[in-house]
Amino acid sequence: MLTVIRDLLKYDGRFRVAFVFLLMIFSLAVLSVVSPHDPGATFKVPADVPPSLSRPFGTNSRGQDLFWWMAFAVRNSLLLGLVTAIVSRVIAIFVGLTSGYRGGTIDRVLMSINDSFVVLPVLPILILLSFLFQGRLNLMSLAIILGLFGWPWDARLIRAQVLSLKERAFTRTSVYSGASPFRTSMKEHFPFVLPIVFATTINNMLWAIGFEVTLSVLGLSDVTIPTIGTAIYWANQHQALVAGIWWWLGAPIIVAIVLFLGLYLLFSSLNEYIDPRTRLRRIGA
Amino acid sequence: MTLLQVEDLRAYYRTEVYGISRSVRAVDGVSLVLNHNEIYGIAGESSCGKTTLIKVISGTIKPPLRVESGSVRYNFKAFDVDMLNIDEDDLRLNVRWKEISYVMQGSMSVLNPVRKIIRTFEDIVKTHQGLPDKKLFLEHTRTHVRTLGLPADVLNLYPHQLSGGMRQRVAIALATVFHPSLIIADEPTTALDVVVQRGVLHMLKAIQEQSANTVLLVTHDLAVHANVADRVGIMYAGRIVEEAPTRIIFNEPRHPYTQHLIQSLPVIGDKSPKASLSGAPPSLANPPSGCRFHPRCPMAMEICLTETPEMIRLTPQHRVACHLMTGARA
Amino acid sequence: MRKFILNYLIPRIGQYLMVIFVGVTLTFIIPRLSPNDPVETQVSQMMMSGSHVSPEEIEHLREALTEMYGLSGSPWEQYLAFWGRLLRGDLGPSLSTFPTPVSTLLGRAMPWTFGLLLTAVLISWVIGNVLGAIASYHEGNPAIRLVDILSQAVRPIPYYIMALVLLVVFAYYIPIFPFSGAYPPGMHVELSWSFAMTVIRHSILPALSLILIGLGGWFIGMKSLTSNIISEDYVVYAENAGLRQNTILYQYVMRNALLPQITGLALQLGLIFSGALIMEVVFGYPGMGLLTLQAVMANDYTLIMGITLLSIVGVATSVLILDFIYPLFDPRVRHQ
Repeated sequence: MLTVIRDLLKYDGRFRVAFVFLLMIFSLAVLSVVSPHDPGATFKVPADVPPSLSRPFGTNSRGQDLFWWMAFAVRNSLLLGLVTAIVSRVIAIFVGLTSGYRGGTIDRVLMSINDSFVVLPVLPILILLSFLFQGRLNLMSLAIILGLFGWPWDARLIRAQVLSLKERAFTRTSVYSGASPFRTSMKEHFPFVLPIVFATTINNMLWAIGFEVTLSVLGLSDVTIPTIGTAIYWANQHQALVAGIWWWLGAPIIVAIVLFLGLYLLFSSLNEYIDPRTRLRRIGA
Repeated sequence: MTLLQVEDLRAYYRTEVYGISRSVRAVDGVSLVLNHNEIYGIAGESSCGKTTLIKVISGTIKPPLRVESGSVRYNFKAFDVDMLNIDEDDLRLNVRWKEISYVMQGSMSVLNPVRKIIRTFEDIVKTHQGLPDKKLFLEHTRTHVRTLGLPADVLNLYPHQLSGGMRQRVAIALATVFHPSLIIADEPTTALDVVVQRGVLHMLKAIQEQSANTVLLVTHDLAVHANVADRVGIMYAGRIVEEAPTRIIFNEPRHPYTQHLIQSLPVIGDKSPKASLSGAPPSLANPPSGCRFHPRCPMAMEICLTETPEMIRLTPQHRVACHLMTGARA
Repeated sequence: MRKFILNYLIPRIGQYLMVIFVGVTLTFIIPRLSPNDPVETQVSQMMMSGSHVSPEEIEHLREALTEMYGLSGSPWEQYLAFWGRLLRGDLGPSLSTFPTPVSTLLGRAMPWTFGLLLTAVLISWVIGNVLGAIASYHEGNPAIRLVDILSQAVRPIPYYIMALVLLVVFAYYIPIFPFSGAYPPGMHVELSWSFAMTVIRHSILPALSLILIGLGGWFIGMKSLTSNIISEDYVVYAENAGLRQNTILYQYVMRNALLPQITGLALQLGLIFSGALIMEVVFGYPGMGLLTLQAVMANDYTLIMGITLLSIVGVATSVLILDFIYPLFDPRVRHQ
């Protein structure tokens, strides 16, 4: 594992950047544990103070130190991404394995539902949902709901993989030796499916955090919870730009860009690394 | 005069990724000569370097493939070409398809799936000759295709509407539109059933007889060579190990590898068990020292491990690269 | 021809109907899962506004609202009634601008969104694909590499952040473009040249945000597609045959690479649509996005429902149209 990281660091520029970015994000998130301020409290520090060495991100109009606030925000956003990714992976694996292995009518029905979810514009439905929960949508529920919408793409990928695995000899051996379909799926096919799952997890996290930002900005989530999205929401509520408090918007934007770029570059370089074509070239001379 | 002279050609693939560099020595010292008006077959197992050899001969050298040393020279009817130093546009306009055409391995997918066959013909003719008279062109193409035994309405179809064998024959028809001096056919019969194989080989032979040009036929299938080739060159691990007229290769093989290949051909009535060679074809990235065949050769001597055997001319037409031959000159 | 209709068209239309079915059903179920009762909310709102209403009138109001919301009868009856109203195009009245029907509001906002989307998607898709195809052939070109790096950098950034960045840079720091709206408030909507110019000037930033991100995405996708296709047998064959590079690029490579890109467009339409909605919110563009925000602020239940339904139908229909266009480009599908 460590050699993999060392190799990637040495040779892949994207990975280096991703590593640095994510290290920053991660440290910020971890720092939230030792934060001297409660993120819900307001007017604890002088308001509208521009960034300085003691207050790296400045403070906002509600009297909160933005640095510590963003630490919580980053932690929450990462958690949300992770939960969504897990929920949608589980569904995607289940649907993909079943659909690919069983085939026939089950396959057609599942894929039809799958494709419907792919085409459906998720945002209007999410808006409808959050509107009806009237701002009582806490982070965990939002993450789970996003997970319920984020599986179709990967389910199809997994299904394609299973279809090709089905023709291989070891599948038939398993079936002929009396293994139940469930056992065959889980023990034989699942390990092949894992690389896809892993590769798409990061993508899914990106997607989820992106949606959270959108919903929070519209004021549809629980705005007392610090996330990147709610930071922007509050900045907008207090007309930060007009009042010249640019750092209130600047902090979440910069953090968001670093987070997204970091995740994406990680995803991109890992993808190329595990791609079987480059793998062949990597096998030592 | 000869059509093609290849002298001590070396072409390697160099890759470098994640700090690991590899050099695959696909063609490692090949010399051969092609005459006009003959069918020359190259036989060898997979990954012995035959496709790379063809790529260099036909001038399709793209990184990571690089020619390290050697020469490839052509003598066409009207002009000479030094393949390794030719200008790219010159190559494209004057040599490709007009003098050298290449029927690739797996011709199932050599045709553009979104264009009708006739359009592919158009593309080729337009590039090399221009298309001043469309009606004349259509007539010509139809005749050409019919001469080769294909129905004329194949031209109006899309590739996916044809069977594999048909597509192969269309590929050959495309390759012969300008009656080139050299037709290179890479595994033209692989993945086809025997009946279709016969049709394809028939077509190739007919073309060669008609135009009196040269066909370079590359395949691992010795039966094909026995049927069609005038001379055969056996390739192993990036080098030619034996070359002779077809009859001699089959009746008097000298190199242990050739001998094994011939021996393992099934003969009707012969029920003796066939031994297989131990080991596997060597990795071209890390070939064995000395004679490449020595790890699997039943008659390997001490010298075979250290010194690479030179090509020795046993008779004016028969060449072998094997230490066993030293002392057995004609 | 008949085989084609059977094997291709019918399943596609079937899928379309399935999407609409799933979407409409979801839109039907979700509100009924909410703990909030829209009728009660409405009634309490009315009572809090201080108007003097007698208990009978409140009862009448309750009945009327229940009827209007389609909440009368058993769930199954409600579901059927829902479909009935939908098919008649009756989306109910908007609550915040009572009694304007939701359909009217939607009708006013939709052309803006549609126009924005159409232009942005077309421009980014076409330019992105062309650049991506050329990129595979000119990998060393510094301009291409710049586009490549920029595209990769921009790709993961959510539409919202990009819009904000553009807004801050181009409307705040360097005030070239107006902050918001599609035309200055109070200006008369008319079919004149000066109006068109104003609209274009106001639309540049929102369109630009959509285009920039979209372009990046299509560029990356096309570049990777073409580098795969370049090693395909038929391209190598064409090169061996000595065809000109331009011919190969257009007729052999692009014609084949465009096919998955068309499919990709169909699959991404949902996402692009969501992005456009956000864009409108940031830039105050009077399309469906801004309408959504207003609806949320004003607690306009029926309007939100209407927007959701229209979004689902709109995106699904666009996908269907793309499905119909695809066979024109891929003969393999035509002759199944």
